[in-house]
Amino acid sequence: MADRARTGLRWSWWNLLLLVPLLMLVTPWFNSADPVVWGMPFFYWSQFLWVPVGVICVAIVYIKTKGDGVPTPDADPRVDDLDEGAASRRAGR
Amino acid sequence: MIRWTELVVFLILFLLVTVLGFVAVRWQRGGDLNHLDEWGLGGRKFGAWVTWFLVGGDLYTAYTFVAVPALMFGAGALGFFALPYTVVLYPIVFLPVLRLWSVSRVHGYVTPADFVRGRYGSSLLAFIVAITGIVATMPYIALQLVGLEAVLRTMGLNGSGIAGHLPLLVAFVILALYTYQSGLRAPALIAFVKDILIYLVILVAVIYLPAKLGGWSVIFGAASDKLAQPSPTTGKPAGSILLTGTNQLQYITLALGSALALFLYPHSLTGVLASRGRDVLKRNMMALPAYSLLLGLLALLGYVAIAAGAKPITNAATGRPDTNTIIPVLFGDQFSGWFAGIAFAAVGIGALVPAAIMSIAAANLWTRNIYKEYLHRAASPQQEARQARLASLVVKAGAVAFVLFVDPQFSIDLQLIGGVIILQTLPAVAVALYTRWLHRWALVAGWVVGMAYGMYLLYLIPNPAANRAHFGGSALAFDKLTVFGWHPFAGSQVQIYVGFVALVVNLVIAVVVSAVLHALKVTPGPDVTAGADYHADEGSERVKPVADVPVG
Repeated sequence: MADRARTGLRWSWWNLLLLVPLLMLVTPWFNSADPVVWGMPFFYWSQFLWVPVGVICVAIVYIKTKGDGVPTPDADPRVDDLDEGAASRRAGR
Repeated sequence: MIRWTELVVFLILFLLVTVLGFVAVRWQRGGDLNHLDEWGLGGRKFGAWVTWFLVGGDLYTAYTFVAVPALMFGAGALGFFALPYTVVLYPIVFLPVLRLWSVSRVHGYVTPADFVRGRYGSSLLAFIVAITGIVATMPYIALQLVGLEAVLRTMGLNGSGIAGHLPLLVAFVILALYTYQSGLRAPALIAFVKDILIYLVILVAVIYLPAKLGGWSVIFGAASDKLAQPSPTTGKPAGSILLTGTNQLQYITLALGSALALFLYPHSLTGVLASRGRDVLKRNMMALPAYSLLLGLLALLGYVAIAAGAKPITNAATGRPDTNTIIPVLFGDQFSGWFAGIAFAAVGIGALVPAAIMSIAAANLWTRNIYKEYLHRAASPQQEARQARLASLVVKAGAVAFVLFVDPQFSIDLQLIGGVIILQTLPAVAVALYTRWLHRWALVAGWVVGMAYGMYLLYLIPNPAANRAHFGGSALAFDKLTVFGWHPFAGSQVQIYVGFVALVVNLVIAVVVSAVLHALKVTPGPDVTAGADYHADEGSERVKPVADVPVG
């Protein structure tokens, strides 16, 4: 716990969702002309679909990790315990 | 022949943004402009909307809007890397950018090099990061000018010699004056006009032009036919509308490498640090992909240009057709006069916004990490702000000199190299946000080796189509990959992005040297940042007051 306060690293499992859009870098999955939609080969229109996928993944992480910044969690005593730096600083005031 | 309708529309819009640039000094006025927090970061208080327009206007530059369709026009599917690039970009930078914002807000950092200075206590490492940023940014500014001038010349202001450059000079002096006066607030306010114009033009273009030309199937058919024709210089097809066996890896690494590089550029971080809080940034990471959609649509205009039979203008300086003129030519050919004027204004103003932000970012780097570090250690905040304002003028004058006296091809080459070199700061800036395990001297060693190797690989790349033996692009065939003369993949024509290879080499060196230095117990240097600094948000007791005057 002391180590955690020192490096300032925090983890949320929701962060893993940020890896999902990276799947669009697997080009063999979509490097084909068929099926064509509105005259547009699959290669092009399928990649446009990844834009909302990226937005949704970031949006979920945003909602689930809302208020992860200090001072908001300062109100929560359990987080104060984790965050020795902030707690001792406040005690000093 | 001057196209009067286009020119008048262009001038009206240009006049509008000029007025905005000067009145911006009063906009969201907070503290004294004689402080870098105010002049260089707009008071660090931009909300979600302003940040969206500012960062969008900053990242998606006029050059991007011109070069991406040009790449599609010339090479086909490979040019579409711009879409995956901007889709994977935001998930990748979401977490590190928040940490950088927080630690910068707590310690009053204005540049990425400031952070490196605080994190490692090494002025040398900070200097390396600052110089890398300035060198990568300069040709980028010059390219914005190239884009602006392409539009001016398309409208008929196409004189020869210095007279031909005069309109560009006038536009740039005006830009320099209001940036000097208003700082980051000027491009932030102008970005609203720029982005609205760009959205309007692109949406009209992707709806109206395909309808006019017979639909997307006709367009893709024409593109496929033209790209399949053998090139007169190389005898091989110029490209194809699908990726081939040899350029898939290039597509992937170029998209990933560009995404990793973008937020290492100083001008991107200027937009980030100017925002009010973490929530503003998070919401922007969700909303900025709207520009990605736009960029993807815009890329397709490269094929539209093929179907419309647009012919690139021959560049008088190089004597070769310049494919970067393809989008202005397409707009000029296909749109009625007044709308072409709006389209040209969108590209022209689209050049001014990033040029202003880039010059401010470069000026901040100069002031904080070179002037204050080496020339005038006791500089007061007023002296810093004054120095930065002057530096922004020098940077812009330098960019103009580039355009006037240097072959534009040189700027394009430098910008290509820019992505490779800015990536070399990733271990010192981005990795350092999470861990200090990489030793400061190991980071210096990794930078030196990665940079040298990257430059060497770029030197090895020929461009047969342009008849050049060296620095012909960023796609390296594995065949050419060499380790002290040993070719591990001899014969392979599979291509990869040079910046990616150089970054991997940099990281390997940094890790190995760090392990050795830790084993030898070489002192890692002081770290002034604390763990909780990386989560501090607006309103926290930790954050430094904006435009704070140091005591004593």
